[in-house]
Amino acid sequence: MSDQTHETEHSPKTGGHSVDPQLTDDPMQEASLHVEKWEGIWIRVSVGMTVVFIAAITLAALSFGISVPGATARINPATLNDPGSPFATPGLRELAPGKYEAYMVAQTWNFLPDKLEVPVGAEVTFYITARDVVHGIKIAGTNVNMMALPGQVSTLRATFDTPGTYNYICHEYCGYVAGAPIGHHTMYGQITVLPADETAQVTTE
Amino acid sequence: MSVHTLSAAELKARPTPAPLTAQDLKIVDRLAGLNVLIGVLALSFGALFGVFQGLEHAKVFNIYPWLQPAIKTYYQGLTLHGALNALVWTTFFICGFFTFAFVRSINRPLKYPWMSVVAFILMVVGLLTAAVPMLTNNASVLYTFYPPMLADWAFYVGLVLLVVGSWVVGYSMYFTYYAWRQENPDARAPFIALTSTITMVMWQLATLGVAAEILFQLLPNALAPVLGYPAPGLDALLNRTLFWWFGHPLVYFWLLPAYVSWYAMLPAQTNGKMFSEPLGRLVFWLFLLFSTPVGFHHQFADPGIPEIWKYIHMIFTMGVGFPSLITAFTVVASLEIGARARGGKGYLRWIGRLNWGDPSYAAQNLAMILFIFGGIGGLINASYNVNMAVHNTMWVPGHFHLTVGSATTLSFFGISYWLVPKLTGHKLFTKWLALAQAWTWFFGMVFFSNAYHTLGLIFSVPRRTMLGEAPYYSSQWNPQMMESVLGLTLLSISATLFFAIMLFTWILPRKLDRPIEMPVAQPLDPKPAPKWLDTWWPWLNGAIALIILSYGPMLFQLIRDAEFWSKGIRVW
Repeated sequence: MSDQTHETEHSPKTGGHSVDPQLTDDPMQEASLHVEKWEGIWIRVSVGMTVVFIAAITLAALSFGISVPGATARINPATLNDPGSPFATPGLRELAPGKYEAYMVAQTWNFLPDKLEVPVGAEVTFYITARDVVHGIKIAGTNVNMMALPGQVSTLRATFDTPGTYNYICHEYCGYVAGAPIGHHTMYGQITVLPADETAQVTTE
Repeated sequence: MSVHTLSAAELKARPTPAPLTAQDLKIVDRLAGLNVLIGVLALSFGALFGVFQGLEHAKVFNIYPWLQPAIKTYYQGLTLHGALNALVWTTFFICGFFTFAFVRSINRPLKYPWMSVVAFILMVVGLLTAAVPMLTNNASVLYTFYPPMLADWAFYVGLVLLVVGSWVVGYSMYFTYYAWRQENPDARAPFIALTSTITMVMWQLATLGVAAEILFQLLPNALAPVLGYPAPGLDALLNRTLFWWFGHPLVYFWLLPAYVSWYAMLPAQTNGKMFSEPLGRLVFWLFLLFSTPVGFHHQFADPGIPEIWKYIHMIFTMGVGFPSLITAFTVVASLEIGARARGGKGYLRWIGRLNWGDPSYAAQNLAMILFIFGGIGGLINASYNVNMAVHNTMWVPGHFHLTVGSATTLSFFGISYWLVPKLTGHKLFTKWLALAQAWTWFFGMVFFSNAYHTLGLIFSVPRRTMLGEAPYYSSQWNPQMMESVLGLTLLSISATLFFAIMLFTWILPRKLDRPIEMPVAQPLDPKPAPKWLDTWWPWLNGAIALIILSYGPMLFQLIRDAEFWSKGIRVW
């Protein structure tokens, strides 16, 4: 219908004086948006669903503390090994009983360190940056999932309640030279959560 | 229908409408045909690498040692797969389809046909320029090309030309639309002409981010060694932010052409009518508003962006789901009208009376079904903290093979099944092959994407990784890997069928029995849409304002505090 509208508009009759009330210049006469009954109901349901989704996400973020990385700190990738840089000696540090921080560097093509050991129940705050290109890290079994960017420090916290070994894998493509033994797909590390009786063996730097 | 009173002076001031002649259509159809041809070639070549990747993931067969020296690595293949399928196939097909449909819908010749020709030439030159480094392993940076990883300069120049070419396709449409509006000040814009133009305007706003990234950061760094000046350096986070300004509306650039077809063409292909045409217009305006201010939901896991900005973009992302929810009702209602006109009865039994025997219809209806799951997955990805469970896992390729790989691609297959016979004047080769193609794609994607979603969600298997060679490969993944191979087998059959159908439709001289016209669905309610659904300024200004509000403060900070510490690196 609408594809032909303008042809009618320019038919010879256009010079006449007939007036379509739908299309006069008076805005009050303007046709309003007509919505069918069930369509209107569905639109309300859609708005409701969207609001509920946003509320649920907000609630989860506020009450369960499930958060995403934010703005933490910046560091020049060329200065990672400078004295005083926390990334010069990457690894785990105990802050208080059961509370740790882990400084990590992602680089082509490994994590520093690529092995971590924590006692069960440990709460670890991870700080990670990249030395060269963009990398990523997801620690299996936790909500730690973040990008590692050169120039930026990413941080998230996780508590390890179940003994076992968990992989942390680089999940952003970071290169591979044909035929080389290592590359993006070999870049991973492991965090071992020790049962309570082995806790004494935990190494802290 | 409606006739408006005009004074003699007004009539004189109004330009005479330009009639659409066969000659005008010939240029348009030639351009559409060439665009579709390049798109299909890019899709076929790119899909081949998709199959290689899938077989490698599942440890079924690693073909890469046999592809030496033509293709050096898995990641070179992955770059080709992403760039050719997600960028080249979509952009060329969309530009061809829109040029064809826009001109017929607006029923007026292009104001400047040369502009569309120039656009096509720019896009082809861009494609060829970017193809050289991609094929010679000098741009194995994947289709997101995150710096500091830096490709050969020709890769970026090619991308710029491809994007600028697609802008010019839009400009040709805007000038034509404007000319038509001058000639028809009171008429309602035809639905297809309006919605395809909105899509191109959205694309224009969206691509500004990536244009800034390439022109101000990537090209100056990539050209430094060639021209012999010191490289200015890169800020990784600033570049990711500019990329994702573009990266998410890009998916609406893929989706909206399918929506144009679902709203305005598909009902006509099953004897239906547009259930509420004005609401369809509103949906496209909402997409213009909400497509762009959502990019941070791809950066939930990024450092350096305060959580509050991620949260704000999450809300907008939920908002952009809303027009799709309306679409789910309106399009299905339009199709139901058709099914009932075809004798369909009952609450759900009418579904069987849809025009399933027509491959063009069937493919697009199947695309919609897969998009239900793609859309739900999208809402999950957008859900801020829930995203932490799936970010950069196999869940993500599982998701976007349902959206761009199904909603878009399977719809474009369906559109091709009337468009290519129309353009070539040849009968489709054949209806039954085309039906088989659509259904194998559907089931292939069901298995493939279900497997990948599961691998990501349950096992945290990383995406964009040569898994077959990974030391952490786990035998626990085997059931899903086998499922993905089943999907892949069906998809391979389907892609081969599509290529064959296109080829034989084109080369076999089987003349059409009767001419084909573009399907155009009529509105159920012939009352025209209110004028505000035809008026650009509130929506366009609103879209620009939302971009400024949602990106302005953060981008200002990122640019002010930018540290160009990183030098471009070649890591492949």
